[in-house]
Amino acid sequence: MIKSNLKLFVLSFLLLISLRPLQSAEMVDPIKVDWSFKGLTGTFDRASLQRGFQVYKEVCASCHSMQYLSYRNLGEPGGPEFSEQEVKAIAASFEIEDGPDSQGEMFTRPGKPSDKFKSPYPNVQAATAANGGAYPPDMSVLVKARKGGANYIYSVLVGYEDPPPGITLDEGVYYNKYMAGNKIKMPNNLMDGLVEYADGTESTVDQMAKDVTTFLAWAAEPELEERHKTGVKVIIYLVLLTILVYLSMKKIWSRIDSEV
Amino acid sequence: MSEHEYVPKSKAAKWFNDRLPLLTLGAHLTDYPTPKNLNYWWTFGGILTFCLITQIVTGIVLAMHYVAHADLAFASVEHIMRDVNYGWLIRYIHSNGASMFFLAVYIHIFRSLFYGSYKSPREVIWIIGLMIYLLMMAAAFMGYVLPWGQMSFWGATVITNLFSAIPLVGDSITTWLWGAYSVDNPTLNRFFSLHYLIPFLILGLVVLHIWALHVPGNNNPVGIDIKKPSKDTVPFHPYITIKDAFALLVFMIIFAGFVFFTPNVLGHSDNYIPANPLVTPAHIVPEWYLLPFYAILRSVPDKLGGVILMFSAIFILFVLPWLDTSKVRSAVFRPIYRQFFWILVIDVLMLGYVGAMPAEGIYLVLARVGTIYYFLHFIVVMPVVGYLEKTDPIPMSISEPVLSGGAEPSLARKVNDKV
Repeated sequence: MIKSNLKLFVLSFLLLISLRPLQSAEMVDPIKVDWSFKGLTGTFDRASLQRGFQVYKEVCASCHSMQYLSYRNLGEPGGPEFSEQEVKAIAASFEIEDGPDSQGEMFTRPGKPSDKFKSPYPNVQAATAANGGAYPPDMSVLVKARKGGANYIYSVLVGYEDPPPGITLDEGVYYNKYMAGNKIKMPNNLMDGLVEYADGTESTVDQMAKDVTTFLAWAAEPELEERHKTGVKVIIYLVLLTILVYLSMKKIWSRIDSEV
Repeated sequence: MSEHEYVPKSKAAKWFNDRLPLLTLGAHLTDYPTPKNLNYWWTFGGILTFCLITQIVTGIVLAMHYVAHADLAFASVEHIMRDVNYGWLIRYIHSNGASMFFLAVYIHIFRSLFYGSYKSPREVIWIIGLMIYLLMMAAAFMGYVLPWGQMSFWGATVITNLFSAIPLVGDSITTWLWGAYSVDNPTLNRFFSLHYLIPFLILGLVVLHIWALHVPGNNNPVGIDIKKPSKDTVPFHPYITIKDAFALLVFMIIFAGFVFFTPNVLGHSDNYIPANPLVTPAHIVPEWYLLPFYAILRSVPDKLGGVILMFSAIFILFVLPWLDTSKVRSAVFRPIYRQFFWILVIDVLMLGYVGAMPAEGIYLVLARVGTIYYFLHFIVVMPVVGYLEKTDPIPMSISEPVLSGGAEPSLARKVNDKV
């Protein structure tokens, strides 16, 4: 009787879940990419992270901020892992406003690894005004802030198309297959050969989109590799402990005329 | 209290125990006679205690680094995730811990519903438990507001706006709750204060919950009273402690799976967008554990009606011990009620599912059917079935079905027939 109840229960639940496709779908499902950081033991592709940083620095950073990251993060384990000298050089290539000094004046100085990533605009309003009324979102946690995560970001980057007939776009609005509502104010910035990769990789649109998405995925979850590594250890430890406790339990309960 | 009077061995311990009988309490908790036929559904009390302690400990550490200010809260959470040593681990344990806490509490509540643990003489345990559940929902709701993301802000706006449905004074109450004319910095500040307070209220109620439990003792899968303590019970330690530990470890493996491998799957991606009062998200949804109530709320076209119904859905549980007319506690011996129990489980799951969907079309219909059934279950099914149902024969004592290899009703019945 209990079994048949359970069957009924499971069946009804499956039925409920199967209702999901009825949802009104206006946007195309993002492309599924086999990221190296997927899965229980996923790690970032170091070279891809470094290339992705280059794409960010040379393309995205002219409009998008990444205010929660510091230059030192670029050298930390689990990230792009630039060398200490490289991190210092990257930081020093930015002019950072500091102050006030003892005279009460603000001044600029070359960046240090402890500085946060320099934002392209002083504030949200300035960023919005400079971009046709659409604020280019801060990219620090962008991958976590979008349904579909890395797949979605990648899809949008490669999803620019000519609008289908019947759709007219305003000035400064572009058609994108994967964007919610299909309208995006960010122009298609990636074109083949745009960036000259330091490691000689051919910079196709697809390659750059993958690299920069990998970089953004790391930026959103810089702890990912450590999390995965610790997680595997924790689970193994817990499973072993569970077995020991289970055996102890069986032994203890064998003293009495009952079962666990 | 246990039957024998506890006398400490050393003189110093006796001196202390005469003045504050903590050792007697310890001895009572150790020896506490527990039905030996408890199944694994009974391990969730211990698991819930673990959840509460975990939330309090991680929460205290998070509060050392978190800043409750509308301009700084989001950034301070990122600071925890990036700069605080193991901050990501502590925060992910805390945020997933809330979900695990609710998962456990729902199992605990449905276990009580199945085995009639809310029935006499355990009504007060049940009511205290519901008060804990209410406080848990308040704490979880306010905790979700603290990261000050889009869902935080708009969830807070939707929920606090419910109070504006109260006639005459509704708007004043809402303004008073906000401390402003909309959800704003004062709201965030007070939510943080209350979010820190509530877990300790829960802790106090947990003590009362366990105290009230230790007066009549545990219910059990066959739902009958203990006849012979020596045959029907085992001392809490080591029998129940080791069993609880085993179940807790299994629970922790699942918990760790979420924390380390999919820490954000139970949250909403919009909450990683900083709160913006000028942009409303496409769908405002609460956390999964509040969805059934959200579905009930939205199933009514009238705002006040929806609010009343939503609160009634919880408060009806308080009178459950008096709505259930059955003399038999455990659903194991209640063939009709058992069917309805599973229908209720499906109903609540369905309400949770449609709560996550837009309130339109088929989802609205399902929400309405689900809501009506939810109330019918408690108001009509429970009293009527309890009155009319022909229950299966009940075993003479706990030790009998256990000896015959489990609390399966068919087996228990056969044993009972022989006797």
